[in-house]
Amino acid sequence: MPAPHVTLHGVTKVFPAAPGGQPVHALGPIDLSIDKGEFFAIVGPSGCGKSTLLELIAGLVQATDGEIDFEGRAIAREIPDGIGVVFQEDACFPWLTVRDNVGFGLRETVLAAGERASRVDGAIAMMGLREFAGSYPAQLSGGMRQRVCIARTLVAQPRLILLDEPFGALDQQTRLLMGDEVLRVWRETGATVFLITHALDEAAMLADRIGVMSARPGKMIDVVRTDWPRERDSRIVEREQFGAITSRLWKTLRDESMKTMGRMTTSA
Amino acid sequence: MSRVRLYQVAVIGGFVLLLEALCVGGVIDKVTMPPPHRIVVDFVKLLTSKAMYPEIGKSMGNVLVAFVLAYVLGIVAGTALHGYRTLRDTLDPLFATYYAIPVFAFYPLFIVIFGLGDGPQVLIGVLLGVVAVIVTTLNGLDRVPSVLRKTALIARLTPLQTALQVTLPFCAPYLLTAAKLALAYAFIGVIGSEFIMARSGMGYEIGFAYTNFDNATMYPLILLILLLSVVMNGVLSHWEKVLLARRGQQ
Repeated sequence: MPAPHVTLHGVTKVFPAAPGGQPVHALGPIDLSIDKGEFFAIVGPSGCGKSTLLELIAGLVQATDGEIDFEGRAIAREIPDGIGVVFQEDACFPWLTVRDNVGFGLRETVLAAGERASRVDGAIAMMGLREFAGSYPAQLSGGMRQRVCIARTLVAQPRLILLDEPFGALDQQTRLLMGDEVLRVWRETGATVFLITHALDEAAMLADRIGVMSARPGKMIDVVRTDWPRERDSRIVEREQFGAITSRLWKTLRDESMKTMGRMTTSA
Repeated sequence: MSRVRLYQVAVIGGFVLLLEALCVGGVIDKVTMPPPHRIVVDFVKLLTSKAMYPEIGKSMGNVLVAFVLAYVLGIVAGTALHGYRTLRDTLDPLFATYYAIPVFAFYPLFIVIFGLGDGPQVLIGVLLGVVAVIVTTLNGLDRVPSVLRKTALIARLTPLQTALQVTLPFCAPYLLTAAKLALAYAFIGVIGSEFIMARSGMGYEIGFAYTNFDNATMYPLILLILLLSVVMNGVLSHWEKVLLARRGQQ
């Protein structure tokens, strides 16, 4: 049995009250264990704290309660080494070329210049950006800019890759193809991948296991195992089991989404 | 040359030709204004005689000092205010109404405090420009996307590295706009102050020439100020345009 790579014990996040408001209990308590080399996806209704969960694991925000371990060490008050994040928003630096954007993650490392250049070249080639290495992000499509962000994450050779709805702004065809890219990267790097998505089909296609979160405060209400082979791509959507997985996810999520919608209607 | 640039040149050229025709035709009295070709001849004479070099040097030196002070103070103050919300909220009404304050009205007070030297002129240039720089700096800092700051954190950059490698480059177009404003206000503040009470400088010489109907000095000096201001702003604008084009914002 593979060793747990990331573990969460009773993780809770409560945001302090805004002036004149109430504290917001965003998340938890959550208990979760993700294996080394596993592809784990999280789905849940809007505002359930999915992104907060990712930011907690990345060390970008601190948990109010509970403990998060990465490779056996507690994540607290600093960004752990070996973690890479791809955000939903366009995180390309507009003043840097693709090459410089990809190399950004290595700027403060002690790597020799040759090793650095070789890693940058490797990541650029892996994401199919070789002929755009000298271009600026403004000259690229949304999908290509997201590939630049993935390449920038890969160049640091993270052992845990956190993806926060990375294809949220892309069209359906591009999302499927980007899904294939991510699966290929996952296989080739051997990294553990933690994906946040609102798209049930995306989670069902990509992940080994899918955690389903409740409406706020987000808790883990189900974990679905897909049993897909490691060698897979977007054609997996044709399989009968794919429909069964997405149906199960939706069955679990429907009530939770209704709760969120009800809350939205009430607050509106 | 692009079509727009062609139109711009045509408009300016047309205006100069019209002025030339009005002056030569006597519609504009030659005591009021000599024809543009005469101004150009006097302009060349003025520059080759070198007589005005000390005045030009003094004014440009003061403009430069006012510009640098307004720019540096503005960026430092803007960055500090960005970090202190309460202080910013407190000063916001002042920024909103600042340009309703006639800074030149304080000139006598500045003379009492700093004497008749260059100090009051530079100070007026600084006071006119600094708030524009503060507001523009704040504007740029407000627009740094949080995802870029998060990316810097993930890359384990220190706050100083983040400021130098993320925040500052992101704000570069805003800082160039701030530079353009600071430069324009430095020109207005310094040259304008020289008109009022100074004993030297380009503004003083223009005022002196005006009082003595010395068009051969007054118009070339006005032309020189115009050229210097346009060229300096043009260089900054070009730089800004290159930066924005690279970011797909133009």
